[in-house]
Amino acid sequence: MVNRAVTGAHYGLRDWLAQRVTAVVMLLYTLLIVGLLLATPTIDHDTWRGLFAPLWMKLATLLCLLSLYFHAWVGMRNIFMDYIKHGGVRLALYAVVIAALIAYAGWSAQILWSI
Amino acid sequence: MRLRRGVKKNSNPLRLHMATRPKYLNLLQIRMPVPAVVSIMHRISGAALFLVLPALLAWWQCSLSSPDTFDASKSFTAMPLVKIGILLLVWGYLHHLCAGVRHLASDIDLGTELKSARFSSWLVLAVSIVLTLLIAVRIW
Repeated sequence: MVNRAVTGAHYGLRDWLAQRVTAVVMLLYTLLIVGLLLATPTIDHDTWRGLFAPLWMKLATLLCLLSLYFHAWVGMRNIFMDYIKHGGVRLALYAVVIAALIAYAGWSAQILWSI
Repeated sequence: MRLRRGVKKNSNPLRLHMATRPKYLNLLQIRMPVPAVVSIMHRISGAALFLVLPALLAWWQCSLSSPDTFDASKSFTAMPLVKIGILLLVWGYLHHLCAGVRHLASDIDLGTELKSARFSSWLVLAVSIVLTLLIAVRIW
């Protein structure tokens, strides 16, 4: 029987697939933001805020950032699974990373919707 | 180790070879093939980008809050050491992105032969460094 540790990889395609879907989302957003920045001749406070002002841009940015946080979770978890042998330490590190990423998600939404 | 009577230690050439051959466990002694270099850099850049996330969010918030904080974040990023740090992050991001695209290509069985895998690894290194240099020229 497979030893399904609670700090394991869940032995499925889900995270593998999520890592790729979130990567493609970030790739597309990177192309979008680079294009928008290149199309903006001078970047001052007004144009910088104006970039994130439309609702579609807020949503696109939030989607990219949430993808980033999910992607970072899978990546950090893989690193911990490879190098941190002690189960308790690994679980604690998972908790720290998850807490940080959820906090970043809230922070990102707050930044975007205060524009 | 117990030796059979009459057998001198390491007299067998094969045994001598077994005893003296290096056990390639020291990462600094291994000559890593270029796909391995790209792979470990993918991991290191990902971890580094994760660690700087709160700083990037703070900078982003600062740049958006008010004209004054926008100027402050702008002059912060104009400091030479900060610029070097940003360029390292940009390089990390671009390397991670290019190596990621290479990953997606191998998922659909593109470039999985040894020769093409090596070539695409060099390509990942080259493209990310050239793009970083272009950005360096632009922001300096």
